[in-house]
Amino acid sequence: MTDANHPSFLPTMAQQVRRDILRMVHAVSSGHPGGSLGCADYLTALFFKYMKHQPQPFSMSGNNEDVFLLSNGHISPVYYSVLARSGYFPVPELATFRKLNTRLQGHPATHEHLPGVRVATGSLGQGLSVASGIAQQKKLDGDNSLVYVLTGDGELQEGQIWEAVMFAAHRKLDNMIVAVDFNQKQIDGSTEDVMGLTEWSSKFAAFGWQVLEMDGNNWDSIHQVLPQAQAATGNGKPVVIIMKTEMGMGVDFMMGTHAWHGKAPSNEQLESALAQLPVTEFGDY
Amino acid sequence: MKSYEILGQKDTRSGFGAGLLEAGKQNNNVVALCADLTGSLMMDAFKDAFPERFFQAGIAEANMMGVAAGLAIGGKIPFTGTFANFSTGRVYDQIRQSIAYSHKNVKICASHAGLTLGEDGATHQILEDLGLMKMLPGMTVINPCDYNQTKAATIAIAQHEGPVYLRFGRPKWPVFISEDTPFIIGKALMLNEGTDVSIFATGHMVWKAIEAGHILAEKGIHAEIINIHTIKPLDDAAVLASVQKTGCAVSAEEHQYNGGLGDSVAQLLARNYPAPMEFVGVNDSFGESGTPDQLMEKYGLTAQAIVDAALKSIARKG
Repeated sequence: MTDANHPSFLPTMAQQVRRDILRMVHAVSSGHPGGSLGCADYLTALFFKYMKHQPQPFSMSGNNEDVFLLSNGHISPVYYSVLARSGYFPVPELATFRKLNTRLQGHPATHEHLPGVRVATGSLGQGLSVASGIAQQKKLDGDNSLVYVLTGDGELQEGQIWEAVMFAAHRKLDNMIVAVDFNQKQIDGSTEDVMGLTEWSSKFAAFGWQVLEMDGNNWDSIHQVLPQAQAATGNGKPVVIIMKTEMGMGVDFMMGTHAWHGKAPSNEQLESALAQLPVTEFGDY
Repeated sequence: MKSYEILGQKDTRSGFGAGLLEAGKQNNNVVALCADLTGSLMMDAFKDAFPERFFQAGIAEANMMGVAAGLAIGGKIPFTGTFANFSTGRVYDQIRQSIAYSHKNVKICASHAGLTLGEDGATHQILEDLGLMKMLPGMTVINPCDYNQTKAATIAIAQHEGPVYLRFGRPKWPVFISEDTPFIIGKALMLNEGTDVSIFATGHMVWKAIEAGHILAEKGIHAEIINIHTIKPLDDAAVLASVQKTGCAVSAEEHQYNGGLGDSVAQLLARNYPAPMEFVGVNDSFGESGTPDQLMEKYGLTAQAIVDAALKSIARKG
């Protein structure tokens, strides 16, 4: 098996994660493949290289380790895949996604005690507030580890996000790295058409945040910007990465459209999609 | 009818403030957040004693609830403070997802509940909060009746693992629960044993129920008066034992009929021991501006209303 430090490890893992996403969503004819595919590279990079975290035994408190919150909880397939494959729970459990009695609820939840999940998300706009609370607690306790949170770009339409943006800057929560999934798509169309205020960098900067921009589907960009983001912590300001991604990345017919935000592929579509993402050495679940 | 000496006139929110300070002294993990109402919530003493553990959230209640959930994840015991209206209806989804469903150890502390908020009017007089909160699975809902009970409840919830809604009020109100009365979450407090009717009262209406008990006693009626400070989990055993003895019930609360204490008692009785029951509360209406006393009179939250309800309930026993 490829060494985790080999340059091909992360792209190969991300490819396997994309296969997981497609197969999970297809199996229950529901779920959100588009954003999941777009964020597969970033979450793979976080969970397999950049975060200092301890999958086993899972600690709900997250004290003295980096923690990650998925504020846009609907892209649970990618979250569950990286959690399982980084060791939080058995990979075969991915087959239970969205099925009755599963720990892998449609949107992430703590209620069934799935290791890796620390708060329920799905109703949008709340994760950044919770992450701010964790960042504040870490500061209070002298814990120098980091808080990572991913939000959607459509999610920035929620007012609570900006309450949290103010709070984090005011409280100097410089131990938090937020990535905004800037795929410019949401359920009803392009973010520009739905609520056209999508130049985010200047807005975050105006609120007193450090702003970085990254191509979340380009490994060179990820390996350049994520270390920059980590280096930017501890400077009195929270850090945000405006992360450009392509919804549906990796599957030709799912890219360039918002149609696959929350739609499952048919049998034929799955076959076509998987053919573009051959099985890797990590194997299907 | 047992007599209760009035030990003073104090607001229940001051009981919260005193309790919070004490809880903060007892446990370093107790932290507090407030949405620009620190003075109104009487949180200044905590803020001054533990400035590093107090977080001003600004006028941003939704974020405050999320931050509290986050603080709880790493082991803090966050107390949020704002008016009851902004502690519940305004932030219902944040409480539902980030606190209740996620089972975070957050104490949602809510002042200025009900009509006794007074002149600010119906925008601020929430009468639906008990219902909103008790519908959330796993949420403990507490509505103490005076300064001492509110202080004791505040200290008790810090030691309780799980989300709690603690409701209290603005006006000075008779203090009659002794300082050393233990506060046990979920355990009803017997205030007067009687045989003719069971009066279940919560919050400010507990004192009204005691006044009603005296009026009823003059008529030769022995009312059993039980203080239900914990609406959820309800002390089923205490309620059932009392109604099995008296044969009829009255509920009294500063809240809508819908969703309140009366609802909970009625459900319990319907399932286990159907009996005549009357309700003292607000009947599907918003409040308005006025003094607390004027509003309690106009909306039927008086000792006399409890007396009338008791007589009606007794008459229905047949």
